[in-house]
Amino acid sequence: MSNDNAAPSSSSAAANGSADSAAPRRNSKRPKYSKFTQQELPACKPILTPGWVISAFLLVSVIFVPIGVASLFASRDVVEVVDRYETACIPAQNRTNKVAYIQSSANKICVRTLTVPKRMKAPIYIYYELDNFYQNHRRYVKSRNDMQLRSNSSQDDTSNCKPEDLINGTAIVPCGLIAWSLFNDTYSFSRGNESLNVNKKDISWKSDRDHKFGDNVFPKNFQSGGLKGGGSLNESKPLSEQEDLIVWMRTAALPTFRKLYGRIEVDLNRGDTINVTLGNHYNTYSFNGKKRLVLSTTSWLGGKNDFLGIAYLTVGGLCLFLAVCFIIVYLVKPRRLGDPSYLSWNRSPGGR
Amino acid sequence: MDSPSPIMFDSSLNNEITPSSNSRRSASAHHSRTSRAGSTGEVAFSDLGSKPVLYGSRRADSEVYCMSQKEINEEDARFVYINNPVSTNDKFEFARNSIRTAKYSVISFLPRNLFKQFHRVAYIYFLIIAVLNQLPQLAVFGRGASILPLASVLLVTAVKDAYEDWRRHRADKIENNRLAWVLVDGQFQQKSWKDIQVGEIIKVEANDTLPCDMVLLSTSDPTGVAYVQTINLDGESNLKTRYAKQETLSKNPENGRFTGLIKCEKPNRNIYGFHGNMEIDGKRLSLGPSNIILRGCDLKNTASILGVAVYCGAETKAMLNSSGAPSKRSRLETRMNLEITILSLFLVALCTVTSVCAAVWLRRHRDELDTMPFYRRKDYNEDEPENYNYYGWGMEIFFTFLMAVIVFQIMIPISLYISMELVRVGQAYFMIRDAHMYDEASNSRFQCRALNINEDLGQIKYVFSDKTGTLTENKMEFQCASIWGVDYSGRKVTSGDEQAGHSVQVGEATVSPKMRVKVDPKLLQALRGGKMSEDFEHIRDFFLALAACNTIVPLIVDTSDPCVKLMDYQGESPDEQALAYAAAAYGFMLIERTSGHIVIDVLGQRQRFNVLGLHEFDSDRKRMSVILGFPDKSVKIFVKGADTSMFTVIDRASSMGIIRATEGHLHSYSSLGLRTLVVGMRELSDSEFEQWHSSFEAASTALIGRAALLRKVATNVENHLSLLGASAIEDKLQEGVPEAIEALRTAAIKVWVLTGDKQETAISIGYSSKLLTNKMKQFIVNSNSKESCRKSLSDALLVCKKLNNVSETPDNEEISASSGSLVALIIDGTSLVYILDSELEEQLFELASKCSVVLCCRVAPLQKAGIVALVKNRTADMTLSIGDGANDVSMIQMADVGVGISGQEGRQAVMASDFSMGQFRFLVPLLLVHGHWNYQRMGYMIIYNFYRNAIFVLVLFWYVPFTAFTLTTAINEWNSVLYSVIYTAVPTVIVGVLDKDLRRKTLLKYPQLYGAGQRRENYNSKLFWLTMIDTLWQSVVVFFGPFFAYRISSIDAASIGDLWTLGVVILVNLHLAMDINRWNWLMHAAIWGSILATFVSIMVIDAIPILPGYWAIFESAKTGLFWLCLLGVVVAALIPRFVVKVLYQHCSPCDIQIAKEAEKLKPLSRGVAGSVGVEMSAILDSPRR
Repeated sequence: MSNDNAAPSSSSAAANGSADSAAPRRNSKRPKYSKFTQQELPACKPILTPGWVISAFLLVSVIFVPIGVASLFASRDVVEVVDRYETACIPAQNRTNKVAYIQSSANKICVRTLTVPKRMKAPIYIYYELDNFYQNHRRYVKSRNDMQLRSNSSQDDTSNCKPEDLINGTAIVPCGLIAWSLFNDTYSFSRGNESLNVNKKDISWKSDRDHKFGDNVFPKNFQSGGLKGGGSLNESKPLSEQEDLIVWMRTAALPTFRKLYGRIEVDLNRGDTINVTLGNHYNTYSFNGKKRLVLSTTSWLGGKNDFLGIAYLTVGGLCLFLAVCFIIVYLVKPRRLGDPSYLSWNRSPGGR
Repeated sequence: MDSPSPIMFDSSLNNEITPSSNSRRSASAHHSRTSRAGSTGEVAFSDLGSKPVLYGSRRADSEVYCMSQKEINEEDARFVYINNPVSTNDKFEFARNSIRTAKYSVISFLPRNLFKQFHRVAYIYFLIIAVLNQLPQLAVFGRGASILPLASVLLVTAVKDAYEDWRRHRADKIENNRLAWVLVDGQFQQKSWKDIQVGEIIKVEANDTLPCDMVLLSTSDPTGVAYVQTINLDGESNLKTRYAKQETLSKNPENGRFTGLIKCEKPNRNIYGFHGNMEIDGKRLSLGPSNIILRGCDLKNTASILGVAVYCGAETKAMLNSSGAPSKRSRLETRMNLEITILSLFLVALCTVTSVCAAVWLRRHRDELDTMPFYRRKDYNEDEPENYNYYGWGMEIFFTFLMAVIVFQIMIPISLYISMELVRVGQAYFMIRDAHMYDEASNSRFQCRALNINEDLGQIKYVFSDKTGTLTENKMEFQCASIWGVDYSGRKVTSGDEQAGHSVQVGEATVSPKMRVKVDPKLLQALRGGKMSEDFEHIRDFFLALAACNTIVPLIVDTSDPCVKLMDYQGESPDEQALAYAAAAYGFMLIERTSGHIVIDVLGQRQRFNVLGLHEFDSDRKRMSVILGFPDKSVKIFVKGADTSMFTVIDRASSMGIIRATEGHLHSYSSLGLRTLVVGMRELSDSEFEQWHSSFEAASTALIGRAALLRKVATNVENHLSLLGASAIEDKLQEGVPEAIEALRTAAIKVWVLTGDKQETAISIGYSSKLLTNKMKQFIVNSNSKESCRKSLSDALLVCKKLNNVSETPDNEEISASSGSLVALIIDGTSLVYILDSELEEQLFELASKCSVVLCCRVAPLQKAGIVALVKNRTADMTLSIGDGANDVSMIQMADVGVGISGQEGRQAVMASDFSMGQFRFLVPLLLVHGHWNYQRMGYMIIYNFYRNAIFVLVLFWYVPFTAFTLTTAINEWNSVLYSVIYTAVPTVIVGVLDKDLRRKTLLKYPQLYGAGQRRENYNSKLFWLTMIDTLWQSVVVFFGPFFAYRISSIDAASIGDLWTLGVVILVNLHLAMDINRWNWLMHAAIWGSILATFVSIMVIDAIPILPGYWAIFESAKTGLFWLCLLGVVVAALIPRFVVKVLYQHCSPCDIQIAKEAEKLKPLSRGVAGSVGVEMSAILDSPRR
């Protein structure tokens, strides 16, 4: 009786069993072979062979030395005339209290004389250089509103502009500390009796004029507060044409910086005497800031700065030196690459 | 022939008057199975094999089992009124059967998921920084920029979690809506699973899955047997038997009310234990684990069953057991915390310096603050000049400090944790996909269960291995037998015809055993000789014992040919299967087993034996016995068990010579590494049988102390046996084990084998697996008291020291190498009892650490864990445990890395493990290849991440003095945020997943290369500090190069900021590129792609007109100076690193370096450097062999 019973049930189990055993064969979990999953992608295995090392050093020196020389020459070609004037432009009697002088309404015109040491080819760039002026101070860089500068529609947007945001409840355009502290010394140049024209067009980035400072945004309530911070703006010109402001608003990276004032588009000859009529208005005295006037030509590398040339020469030279050193090392103490006798377990018997 | 036994059977049933008896048949045959059923995969004769005594985890079970004999306390009990869910759920509302594996609902998702995510300390740091940044005084970054990184990480994780949870929801829904037949108002109706209540009667049909935990009431089988497969529960595919109570069998719930009360324990997670009792018709029946079927099991081989639901839904044992793997922390990550702390201190130092300098600056300019155009302390535009964002000197300093923390936050590489997780996922992907670690036999891939310890695999110093199922296949094969003092160990394989032809007619088909067994021709001859042969009786009894004395369930399996069927023996013990197959091969084929009788085809003649009683194996007796009623009405007891336990119950007087001979054979078998087993029998007289029968009945129906009583009954009857013989089963060594062990040892990994086997067996396996060699000096600690343990340990230590001293004298390096390291310690479980947890531990450790091989035999599972702990607690070295059985669980969890073999013995080991795989030999690719790679990659990645973030922070820091210590950054805030997210993140991860210092082949050929991980070559303090010094230099170059080049010029902050950003990004990526070992297209894409992405992204940012830095990159990129700066900075920054790297590689090359060179250069100079190859392979056979 139980025999009869067992037969069907066991056969059904058997059927199951065979199905079970057949199933895994069909869907085997064997990982599919691919070069990727087996981590066997074709690859290049760089090895620092002596040849590679020495040629790498030589290559660097071959590239760097000429660049260094070229940069150095370029830098030396640049002619730069620098005149520090912040103290010189204050009448001797006022030098005890410079701040009071600069804040007074006295006539602050001052004449400086520069001598051209070498022939300067046009265009000659005019920079003013400020020292100890932290244009990157956190309180300062934040105090601006780019929306307001850009379009007329958000001219009342003075968020972030504190403490120069509103005057009598109406928005200042352009608002913020940066604009408020606009540099306002003026320079005019003459060689003998011939006055030199200063081109103040295109001293700012075109991108700033076109997209950052709106051509329908006009200055409003600017510098009308109790305390003046710097230059004022022509209210009939849109911001996109206020190039001095645009230059000033591109805050400098370092506390000593130059900003472009204009260009002289005639060549200056060696020994020329340039008279600069200088309106010394900007107050750097309250924080002991220096002011300089710079006339400079430019090279393909920019201004006068020997650092890059020297650095390139140093690195190039160092690499040459290292190449030589390594040649010596490889000659004096050669090691066959992949030499098994260097393997740790071949050197010490313990293998540990 | 059939008639007499049922009569006897029935008569005994009639005699039965004890009110609370089990079905006699189930009680006698299978009663104590319950405890066995608990021991999943436990080999019945475990003392013969590797599974001795009690398992740590099992001990609890058996206690539970003992407890089940006691009364259940009223308050601890659950009352289930059969077929009356209303009153069942009246007092307490039991859980419904709907399950919920999903973690979240739509509403709870956001808060709970966030809560879970913020358990990570790193995220809290992120959050604090982001919150700090929201304070107006501290707003360093714009709001968006500061929240973006945290938000993106949270979002990605949340989306991942949500997707997983959605899948769980879907699975739950499907599961909950499955249908089951439930008895409602006297009729079976289909109900979805979720509506099933405790107390309802449920009908389950063949091949269906059980919807909840239920107590069996009746089955389609008249004897009340049901077979279930528990593969979903514990992974075992063999069938398990469950029994319905005799008293409930005959009831038909569909007509007539079925009432009763089940009192059972509260839900718990022990899937092998259950106790309760059932009151029905005024009788009280006790219920054990064999009466309950758990949710998730499949009903097999049984047409249908009826059961009453006792645990539903979340309270089912399957649900209570569904918890994840334990999480471990990688050693590298733990060590990393030190460096993280250093970096934090560094961060605090930077912030302190900044704030102190700011304080000094403010103090020196305190009188000018109102008038400085770039400061303007007061807002003069108001009528009353007020302070504008100025909070006094002290507060300003404090805010500066906090701002510095915000600006320098990435000093603590938070992205590192995320990258590490990604890298580990990638590494796991490749480990899982590795075709070299796929096991064809079990169709199992490598599995990574723990995702956070990949790199630990590269630093293993100790491997603790189980033997059975790990080193060996746990596929038992009957090898030889000693019967009546004659050794039948003919090793010659006879031509297949004879034994293959042994088959039996069942119905229409021919049935032959599924597994072929080698037969000994002499023994076959003796059997063929028939009754003429003098030994025939003994041989027959021997094989009858093998065929009958087990718990095997024979199943007949169809083949493609309808006339040929296969006999499949399903059993929980591979040893028993092997013996049953062996008996079948010799013509004693077990054909049918029910609870009351078995049918054996004895040499072509079908005979039916009544199973009158069966004494389960237990670890105290170490034997099992079965009492058979023969067709000729004689009653015999057959016993088989471990030699130690068997020789005590064998009647020594009768046949001393045979005992001697058998003992000799046993010794020779076990020294061949075979698992031996002694078989004895005795004929019971009527009076003896009656006496046994009554005491057995009493014991098996006892409510209290049933197991002990049964054991006593068994011990009383299992004596004065006559020895029949002994069998020897080969536990075959797994493929590639000797080679694997050899490779591991060459890799300076100490292999300890912890086994439950006998010492001789263990040593012989040791030899065959090349763990032991003849050159080794062996210390055997085999003591019975603490004192003798102490003595043997100190003796061994002395000898060991002497050996070392000899070797240290500078006579011959060869000798020192071989004698110094080649000491083997063999220690047994009894000695370990005295050593572990005592002051001797220290001595043992000292000795063991001097030995290259340690073999522990006869150890209990908890001792295994104890040994692992012995090593783990005393050294900083990494330990790995590998095992396959439930007895290895404790050791797997104890070790730093636990590896489970998914083999024959269920899945507990796998469930507890961190990694699982199919074969022991995969340990070699796992450790030597993947472990090495993972460690090397991860170590490099961590250091690189420290460097990558620190250099950026330093570049930011150098700018601070030039901003009057106000923490303005020239680098755009978006660039700061994207730096670790986009600009530099991808290459780290790609390199961490894909870079390989050496090829798989090389690593496998020179296992010594594994030492790099053991010596922590890729991540250590020296490397950290060197990298930090390099970082300092590089940051100085990156910052001051452009600084001096643009000093006193009209450069604006945005332009130089872009230059610095690009400089850092290119430098950091090239730094990584310099260290990449293997450039495949993905590396190229990642490195160059990142640099390109940086350019693109800077350009995009600079094309936004409302940002102050609008168009800066386009303006500055027009100048040559910009590009020259970039080139110069990158080259100059990398020179020192390059020089050090080249010098180091040239003058003191590490093993990896040499192997790398050899790997690369060999094909180029094959002709010339053929000698190199020879030389190198000679290393492989170095003196270590």
